[in-house]
Amino acid sequence: MGDTMQGLPNRAGLGFKPEHFAAIRQSAASVGFFEVHAENYMGAGGLPHAQLAALRADYALSLHGVGLSIGGPGRLNRNHLMRLRTLCDRYEPESFSEHLAWSSHGADYLNDLLPLPYTEETLAIVCDHVDEVQEVLGRRMLLENPSTYVLFEQSTIPEVDFLTEVARRSGCGLLLDVNNVFVSATNHRMDARAYLAAFPLEMVGEVHLGGHDAEELPSGPLLIDAHGTPVAEPVWVLYAEAIARGGPRPTLIEWDNDLPEWPVLLAEAHRAQSMLDHQGGTALARAS
Amino acid sequence: MHAHREFIAAFDASLKGATLPPGVTACAPDETERRFAVYRNNVASSLTEALARRYPVIQRLVGAEFFAAMARLYAEAKRPRSPVLLEWGDSFPDFLAGFPPLQTYPYMADVAAIEFARGVAFHAADAPPAAPEVFASADPSRLRLRLHPSVQVLRLTSPAVSIWTLNQPGSAPAPLTQTQPEIALILRDRAFNVPVFAISAGDAALIEQLGQGATLMAAAEMAHWAEPQHDPQPLVLRLIQSGAILDAMETPECAPKSAL
Repeated sequence: MGDTMQGLPNRAGLGFKPEHFAAIRQSAASVGFFEVHAENYMGAGGLPHAQLAALRADYALSLHGVGLSIGGPGRLNRNHLMRLRTLCDRYEPESFSEHLAWSSHGADYLNDLLPLPYTEETLAIVCDHVDEVQEVLGRRMLLENPSTYVLFEQSTIPEVDFLTEVARRSGCGLLLDVNNVFVSATNHRMDARAYLAAFPLEMVGEVHLGGHDAEELPSGPLLIDAHGTPVAEPVWVLYAEAIARGGPRPTLIEWDNDLPEWPVLLAEAHRAQSMLDHQGGTALARAS
Repeated sequence: MHAHREFIAAFDASLKGATLPPGVTACAPDETERRFAVYRNNVASSLTEALARRYPVIQRLVGAEFFAAMARLYAEAKRPRSPVLLEWGDSFPDFLAGFPPLQTYPYMADVAAIEFARGVAFHAADAPPAAPEVFASADPSRLRLRLHPSVQVLRLTSPAVSIWTLNQPGSAPAPLTQTQPEIALILRDRAFNVPVFAISAGDAALIEQLGQGATLMAAAEMAHWAEPQHDPQPLVLRLIQSGAILDAMETPECAPKSAL
């Protein structure tokens, strides 16, 4: 497995939405990379592929899968894996990533990233699945930490240890979603800083930042990973701390629902970019 | 050994039902039910949104609330079988045809069939259109036209093309004047738009014959049989302008069998 950690540039990127295509082209937007959901480009042809091919010619590309069900039991969906390989062959993305979650049961696809208990059994399953993905795609993948709303009594391994062990055994990289860290930590009354302190930042090939919704329950807030609002302030703070410690990383702003106008999205990316630039400056200052 | 398989089955059963999967808990245990409900809601609402993206005119016709309730029933009955959601929803027109509350709205299934066909056309394989020169000197009796994979003809039981046209999301209400069943032509044009045209019985016969490999002359004869006053020229021009004709091959005048 070749080291493809050099893949995406250490810059701020944005999720590509077709609604923004004209604005991106007209402004020749300065964006470090674009990310797309792989499953939206599994039709045979037409506008989606025409747009993606045009973007790909000018920008680095991250292919982000949501349908492999890496955390599910049994074999991976071979047809789906082959569709991913076709996409990777066609667009040669700098990065491919998927989730520590499951989304299929048998032949049924549930269209959500569902949680799994962290046990020796599921660790072995996830490692096998990551191995299979990397073998079929012929590339290193990144595995993303999830947002979760419940816990499982059967879990015996902390999530960070689970992810670290998958990366160690399979050689995959990790995708650190800082919003997911904040959402899960808030929901489980745990310390997001402690989670990040334990996270193996040297294995992180990409960072995600996104917005969440909040609901007030009797015991406190329930946060929901909704990707329909700006990145929350506490998430920016955690992000700043993570890159100050681990160094700059390719950083994606995820905004999938209630899409804003392009300038609003671009402003979020610029904020991340200025933090990356500032972090680079402090790192240089430290080195001299 | 198979604990995870059993866990996933129990979790999925809990998504559909009222129980909780074994071992599920939360920092405030009495809120476990409420927190697990986030997953139930995510699955149902994400599938409703996926269906609404595919059937925006149906959503407008029945209203968002009715659509969401119906989409949940559909998603339970016909779960996606693939993570490629752009393929999901193919049986929604049939579901609407058999959905008891919509029995007095027989055009719903037709409108849904138009919307599904538009999705198929939108994602159909790319194929370069024929250069205009090839039509210039061609002999219609030997000319075979290959159609773009997005081209579809739907013979409907209601004036569903007019209903679809009048009920675009965001459009102002307008009276329906068409009462006769219509035939829809759906294709993807050179700018990736997917228009819907109401076409005549002759046009439909012409396209169906071309699709089956008939020569232009033979297809025009069938169109004339279906519609005595039919003039094939406007339709053929529209197909050429839309980029819906991929190539035009003149079959040899008399190909000796030995040469084949």
